[in-house]
Amino acid sequence: MGELILMKGNEAVAEAAIMAGCRFFAGYPITPQNEIPEYMAKRMFAAGGTFVQAESEIAAINMVYGAAGAGARAMTSSSSPGISLKQEGISYLAGSELPAVICNMQRAGPGLGGIQSAQGDYFQATKGGGHGDYRMVTFGPSTVQELVEVCVDAFDIADRYRNPVMILGDAVLGQMMEPVDLDQAKVKPAPAKPWATTGAKGRKPNIINSLYLQPEVCEKMDYHLQEKYREIEKNEVRVEEVYLDDAEVVGVAYGTPARLVRAAVEKLRDAGLKAGMIRPITLWPFPSASFEKVVAGTAAEAGTGNRVKSFFVVEMSSGQLLEDVRLAVAGRRPIYFHGRMGGMLPEPEVVLAEMRRLLTDPAAVGGEYGLNYVVPALKPEAVAVAVAGAVHARGAGDMGGTGGGAR
Amino acid sequence: MSTRIFGRPESLATINFHYCPGCTHGIIHRLVAEAIDEFGVREKTVGIAPVGCAVLAYNYFNLDMQEASHGRAPAVATGIKRVMPDSVVFAYQGDGDLASIGTAEIVHAAGRGEKITVIFVNNAIYGMTGGQMAPTTLIGQETTTTPGGRDPAKSGFPIPISEMLGKLPGAAYISRVSVSSPTHVARAKAAIKKAFQTQIEGRGFSMVEVLSTCPTNWGMTPRQAIEWLEKNMIPAFPLGELRNWEKEQGQEKAQGSQVEVKH
Repeated sequence: MGELILMKGNEAVAEAAIMAGCRFFAGYPITPQNEIPEYMAKRMFAAGGTFVQAESEIAAINMVYGAAGAGARAMTSSSSPGISLKQEGISYLAGSELPAVICNMQRAGPGLGGIQSAQGDYFQATKGGGHGDYRMVTFGPSTVQELVEVCVDAFDIADRYRNPVMILGDAVLGQMMEPVDLDQAKVKPAPAKPWATTGAKGRKPNIINSLYLQPEVCEKMDYHLQEKYREIEKNEVRVEEVYLDDAEVVGVAYGTPARLVRAAVEKLRDAGLKAGMIRPITLWPFPSASFEKVVAGTAAEAGTGNRVKSFFVVEMSSGQLLEDVRLAVAGRRPIYFHGRMGGMLPEPEVVLAEMRRLLTDPAAVGGEYGLNYVVPALKPEAVAVAVAGAVHARGAGDMGGTGGGAR
Repeated sequence: MSTRIFGRPESLATINFHYCPGCTHGIIHRLVAEAIDEFGVREKTVGIAPVGCAVLAYNYFNLDMQEASHGRAPAVATGIKRVMPDSVVFAYQGDGDLASIGTAEIVHAAGRGEKITVIFVNNAIYGMTGGQMAPTTLIGQETTTTPGGRDPAKSGFPIPISEMLGKLPGAAYISRVSVSSPTHVARAKAAIKKAFQTQIEGRGFSMVEVLSTCPTNWGMTPRQAIEWLEKNMIPAFPLGELRNWEKEQGQEKAQGSQVEVKH
């Protein structure tokens, strides 16, 4: 156990990157992540690396491409609108198989949105925000300490798979201060990079490229990438499972909302109620196995062999993580959703109250604040608990369910 | 014993170019390769290929190469050079790549004084995509997107990139040359060598704009294209140095000695 230091999230992730051997950082100012480039400007040169304030987010990601191609551990950071600008570059990193770390301290959107915390970039990060068939490993840390640990992990995974990795934080995580033990982060040295463009001395030229004009060659490359992604899915899932042994209602959240759900779960446990939580730390690859093991039975069997009756997803978005939960649960349990948008945080009291109702009186679920809806299980008996209290609900057809709707 | 006086530069790969008959990319590739060979830096050089007709340049140079996305070669070059300060980094870009989609990257790489060399091939048209208007298309020049000729009222004016970059303090060497005759080729070679020398000596940003032909999309024979270049492009884009640190140093020295005389 090392010394505990009080650090802001943005500064902690920057320090963690330098600890991880990052020696090139390029960025462009955008709130709420400015402390990352500012910290890099102060620290990077002394660490023997380089910081460049780029002319745009586009230039920054392309500088990272060049530096990564030359073999350096390289990073850029931004917030939502700036991350949109980097998508082409991220696609090129994926296509050229270059390792790099991109940190997104999410703010509200769409468009210029706002500068407060949000999680509307989940789809963009986990489903491939740029063009083409690619995947990016995406971390969703929920504390400053975890931000440090996933940052170090991110550089290691990026190098091992030659793939871009995103740290998907949010404004609260970037701006908050928490005690951090930097020694907890296990730094692994970068592997040799014989493919890097370091000068063709005593070897054939190395080429960093993603252009394949012949379709059969391009498809072969695509197959290669897909095989790599399957390996990542097999090996690199990170998840925290809380009280899954006997949980009846399982909260699902990442990042800042995960802190609220975690607090609610503990309070409910104190009250003798069987709340639990699945907290994905990697959003892609998604911890589907954690869901599978608690929903292996049908909805009708809920509460018998397997106690989990329902899931409760909390997000600072309209329900993006929710879609991955739906894919994992596959209609075998109802999923309740509570979301806030535009920079509004879910309220701890609301999260607690909703989760308590799910455990004690599911029919009464449906808060007065935020976006609430239910994705019913596909069996009629599960549909019976369809939310009766949604302030706003997506249509049942839209959600692919057989029930639900506004009260 | 015989002495070899002419051959393929080591920095050029032994592969046939895909360029159209009469296109001058091949000449320019060769000049770049010769310059790299003559400085003996092939093994520590990294080149950046653009998007455009020279997109496959990574196959043509016998040295480490990176392919950049459209317009971003100077940013990619910045990343490479900053992590390998002793390397020699060059970006090879066309007019659409550099002077349209990539204006921010080229201006700021020059503004930062990045110690890189840019070869800017200006043929006043988008070649790869089939002959659309480029930012350097001349007034009156016919392209597929300026039918009847470029009309400034509809599609603006050509952008004199070298003149613009020449104003930036970070630019150490900026020159415009042509490859339309043996004399011009020799001058172009000298300029490209000077640009690499600028980088190797750490003087700052260097760029050589090379006026080039595109017979295919100009709708001309190779010979007509050369004549058209000399008759129309050179007057619109005057040849010569827009910036040369060596000459400026000379002027500073001269001014410095005058100051000393006064005291």
